[in-house]
Amino acid sequence: MTDDSRFFDEMTAGQPDPRAPYGAYATWFNGEDLKDLRQKNSDAESFFRRTGITFNVYGAAEADERLIPFDIVPRIISAREWAKLTKGIEQRVRAINAFLYDIYHRQEILRAGRVPRELIDKNEAFLPQMIGVSPPGGVYTHIVGTDLVRTGEDEFFVLEDNARTPSGVSYMLENRETMLQMFPELFSRIKVQPVGSYPTSLRRSLAACSPVACDGECTVAVLTPGIHNSAYFEHAFLADQMGVELVEGHDLRVQDGRIAMRTTEGYKAIDVLYRRVDDDFLDPLNFNPDSMLGVPGIMDVYRAGGITIANAPGTGISDDKAIYSYMPDIIEFYTGEKAILQNVPTHRCSEPDTLKYVLDHLPELVVKEVHGSGGYGMLVGPAASKKEIEEFRKKLEARPSNYIAQPTLALSTCPILTAKGLAPRHVDLRPFALMSPDKITLTPGGLTRVALKEGSLVVNSSQGGGTKDTWVLEE
Amino acid sequence: MLGKTAGGLFWLFRYLERSENTTRLIETGFRIALTRPGGSDDEWHSVLQTAAVDQLYAARHGDVDQAKAIDFLLRDKENPSSVLSAIANARQNARLTRTALTREVWEAINDAYMGLKETLQRPVSPKHLPEVLGSIRQHSALVRGAMHGTMLRNDIFDFCRLGTFLERADNTARILDVKYYVLLPSVTQIGSSLDNVQWETILRSVAGARSYRWLTQGNITPKGIADFLIFDGRMPRSLRFAVRKIGSNLSYLEENYGQRHTCHDQINVLQARLQHGTIDDVFEEGLHEFLTEFLGDLGRLGGQIEQDYRFLG
Repeated sequence: MTDDSRFFDEMTAGQPDPRAPYGAYATWFNGEDLKDLRQKNSDAESFFRRTGITFNVYGAAEADERLIPFDIVPRIISAREWAKLTKGIEQRVRAINAFLYDIYHRQEILRAGRVPRELIDKNEAFLPQMIGVSPPGGVYTHIVGTDLVRTGEDEFFVLEDNARTPSGVSYMLENRETMLQMFPELFSRIKVQPVGSYPTSLRRSLAACSPVACDGECTVAVLTPGIHNSAYFEHAFLADQMGVELVEGHDLRVQDGRIAMRTTEGYKAIDVLYRRVDDDFLDPLNFNPDSMLGVPGIMDVYRAGGITIANAPGTGISDDKAIYSYMPDIIEFYTGEKAILQNVPTHRCSEPDTLKYVLDHLPELVVKEVHGSGGYGMLVGPAASKKEIEEFRKKLEARPSNYIAQPTLALSTCPILTAKGLAPRHVDLRPFALMSPDKITLTPGGLTRVALKEGSLVVNSSQGGGTKDTWVLEE
Repeated sequence: MLGKTAGGLFWLFRYLERSENTTRLIETGFRIALTRPGGSDDEWHSVLQTAAVDQLYAARHGDVDQAKAIDFLLRDKENPSSVLSAIANARQNARLTRTALTREVWEAINDAYMGLKETLQRPVSPKHLPEVLGSIRQHSALVRGAMHGTMLRNDIFDFCRLGTFLERADNTARILDVKYYVLLPSVTQIGSSLDNVQWETILRSVAGARSYRWLTQGNITPKGIADFLIFDGRMPRSLRFAVRKIGSNLSYLEENYGQRHTCHDQINVLQARLQHGTIDDVFEEGLHEFLTEFLGDLGRLGGQIEQDYRFLG
């Protein structure tokens, strides 16, 4: 196995013997035949294709359903490591929620000068329609997918707080399902905390936030943009696992102050809508008038307490990349505690001195669009060609406030299975937190994304990344 | 259940049934061509007519030719009734209705699609045709098996069955109608036995040759065949059987939802006609006229179901 001491390898940490969490796995692995394991890797692929776990690629007409490559070597986290992450994520989610309530009500944090007012006022992710609205149960962010990276034994950084409509949880569940099918013996040797109760927890957590208008049992539905959306599989999967309807905008209408879905027996009111449609497309009457994906008038119904929308509209203001750099302050302001998980140092290109620094150091930095997602529109300096850097420079100079820059982190690696055996590749981790009025629930594990190309730091599935099963060991 | 989902299930099973029927039509045409060298082009023409794609074929290819006809029926994406189009449509509807299907059913449909897409990438040579057609039928049998073995008997199941039997009744009626002239008692044919190839075509197209032989001890008559395919309640592809199934699935829905719709009145009329009618009445009225009326009624029933259960809004 090749080793690059600049990066922390989660299996070996540069030592001959595996780190403790990987001990039992390494013993098992060494007793296996490489050819058999390679075969398992391709079995996994046909398993995914059969099950239909595919994603659609934007702008690719032919072969529009692709698989996210799966690697059979699990990413293993000890119970102790997980306990710390759990605390850190819970703290963050709680702070984000308090921040959102404050931003849409009294804006104490702006008055206190801890976050600059213009960052909110000029921000497209801030929804004036949400001012003064209190979401049912006080929950804004029902589902949060915090992106974490690791750089050392005890160093975890939060890369992004995905508080809008984080995706990927279906892969967390299906990856485990696949591993259980392919390596049952591993799970009897090594005690791994289960992830399978996520859909039940999700449904319970959503139903706990039912609106005032709900009488009796809470009806939950998942709103998808439709079959051509890149994450359609996940939307269908989650609806199916929760046992609730999967609806599109054209199945819904406003009726008697409620949002109702067209069923074979007439229209039926929905209490909680887990929407996988962006704010902008949610309501053509209140937001983007051209949207065909949403429901005209849903915002008015929402404000009047006729429906719960999860996540609440306007949560984007909390995971905005420009706000991100203030997260340590935000956490301290609302919880009175220091942030347990670190932020990546972030340069705000909107500040002239910082912009100059960023422009001078482009080859070392990662530059991201403030509103971008999915690895689109970003520059990874160390991996970019001179031409790419120069092209990006122009974009940056034209709209500096549209960008932030971060140092290139020495992302940890995990081994993947290659033709020659194990080889380290960079990984990140997205655990999923569910928030209900009385508690925050984290599923032990999450989605590990892995850059399959040697040396690559980009893990996004749209950019050639793959996934791994993520194990959190029992105590 | 969402109206959209009900519609998706209905069409999913219509398309599956269609793919199976088209497969059987190709099989029959191919068989006739083998046993009757030289005279098969007419047969391919009536196959295309039965699949209701003869005009589309003429526009694309002109004269009827076996290789082109098979390719058109099997894998032409421009032909909405080709086996490949039907399976692709079935799978698209299955993706839309994933939440209503068991994992087994979804996987069986997805497997069928993936297998077929692979097999039908290139034209199929006559040498491989029987094997390919066999595997298509096997795939649809797997879907049906998964459905019967794993799905709840509720409204979801009812909409699947409605799609299946509407498509099937339509198919059997069209097979009969395209060939009705060979079943008519004409002066020359009275007392003589029917041209072997002709009856074989009809019965093979509905997978009924063996059953019919058993039931009639080989006594094959035009009226007998028409009777078998229209009125025999034991024959799973007869009009009476299919219509009775549509009727029971609609009444399950009525019971389940506590709602009666226009489609329930329509199916009652249709059912009564097939329950009480006789083959003599049909021949009296005219076989072609009877079938034309039946196909019209069936089309209207399909439209009414779509409306009554809010498939589209």
